[in-house]
Amino acid sequence: MKVVIDADLCQGQGRCFSIAPNVFGFDDLGNGVVLGDGTLTSETLKLAQLAMANCPEHAITIEDAE
Amino acid sequence: MSEKPPVLDFATDWDHTDPQWVSDPYPIWEDLRGRCPVAHTDRFGGAWFPATHAGVTAVAKDTDHFTSRSVVVGNGRPGDEDLPAPIGLAPPITSDPPFHAIARRLILPAFSPGVVNALEPQIRALCVDLLDRFGDADVINAGLGYANYIPPSVIREMLGFPEADTEKFLEFVHVILENVDKPEEERLEEFLPINEYFLAQIEDHVANPRDDLTSYLLNVELEGEKLSHELIGGVMILILVAGIDTTWSAIGASLWHLAQHPEDLARLVNEPDLMPVAIEEFLRFYAPVTMARLVKEDMEYLGCPMKQDDWVLLGFPAANRDPVVFADADRFIIDRAENRHVAFGLGIHRCAGSNLARLEMRVAIEEFIKRYPRFELADPAQVTWAQGQVRGPRSLTIRVR
Repeated sequence: MKVVIDADLCQGQGRCFSIAPNVFGFDDLGNGVVLGDGTLTSETLKLAQLAMANCPEHAITIEDAE
Repeated sequence: MSEKPPVLDFATDWDHTDPQWVSDPYPIWEDLRGRCPVAHTDRFGGAWFPATHAGVTAVAKDTDHFTSRSVVVGNGRPGDEDLPAPIGLAPPITSDPPFHAIARRLILPAFSPGVVNALEPQIRALCVDLLDRFGDADVINAGLGYANYIPPSVIREMLGFPEADTEKFLEFVHVILENVDKPEEERLEEFLPINEYFLAQIEDHVANPRDDLTSYLLNVELEGEKLSHELIGGVMILILVAGIDTTWSAIGASLWHLAQHPEDLARLVNEPDLMPVAIEEFLRFYAPVTMARLVKEDMEYLGCPMKQDDWVLLGFPAANRDPVVFADADRFIIDRAENRHVAFGLGIHRCAGSNLARLEMRVAIEEFIKRYPRFELADPAQVTWAQGQVRGPRSLTIRVR
């Protein structure tokens, strides 16, 4: 599983990196960025899902790998 | 002060300065969602109010059909002369694409989480100092002696303005955001001393540059050129208006809630890790800010015959109570895990200061409940709410022991 942020939709609401700081960071404008290549472990998946469910801009998606 | 006729039906004659709307707007919005999701009024020269999450979202994200040239509903409309579109009076909140993105890129770095989080120790020290001033009083005013001082002090310090000017800030915010019913000429006249004050501060920073937000704005370049003092003054007006009475309202409303819900207060005292989740629920449930747009040209939109220069008031607080999006929307759930609230707006005009607002809220509430683990409203009838597009308790007397 991989998490992706749509940079066109992200407006820097700041929810993802406070809910899941191991999965998301932020750039110098405060927009969310995925850390590393976005691959999720069973542990980080839950937090990424929670971040997705809290993003007001619906900018986060979790994709099945392959 | 206002001699307007009372509102008989909010669907066809809404007025956000009506006493009923000011004191408790939630039943009004619920009623509108049920029978007339987009309300209209002839007041303010014609204005619309979408009461649903979907309606608010549509307008907030649609910069083709709506302009942000002015975002505060009033009786007048900005003219082309005094507001150089697409920049507007207070960029980037009053800017439209494509200038909006340029102006926003200038100020966002000053409010990014990395920069803002570094302010935590100074905000905490400020809160502790304000609480110390209450001494051992049994009843304190958490609105007019605590919540109201935190945002202006933080912003005044960020801008590098004299400490003695905190009270002046409060006065300016009152002038800009309240009294929207006054005639336009009178409003413009009230703005003069504010502009003068900012220009004087800017000039002082030109003469004596220092490490603060004002000097940052004087140094940044827009397409290879420094910003005009006028433009910087506009950005400052935005920072002042957007950052002060909004956050004051959010802190005040949170304390107002805790004063009446001892079970929520006890959970926050006993489970400090709950605070970030609780902050989001405070923001959803008591979202203080509504913002306006102007219709660009006559059109049919959301099933309504909108006319050019009609206002659309974006009720983010109403969207946050829409049961289509939020389970138990009218219940405050302190540990609500899924909370896509829109208290900071949606789309390109998302509140640039949201990271700072959250930080101020968290620290202000943390320090308050640390000092006073139990408290209640001293006199519920005495609590007054701000009128206008920013809603929150002003005077808030609390019995702390």
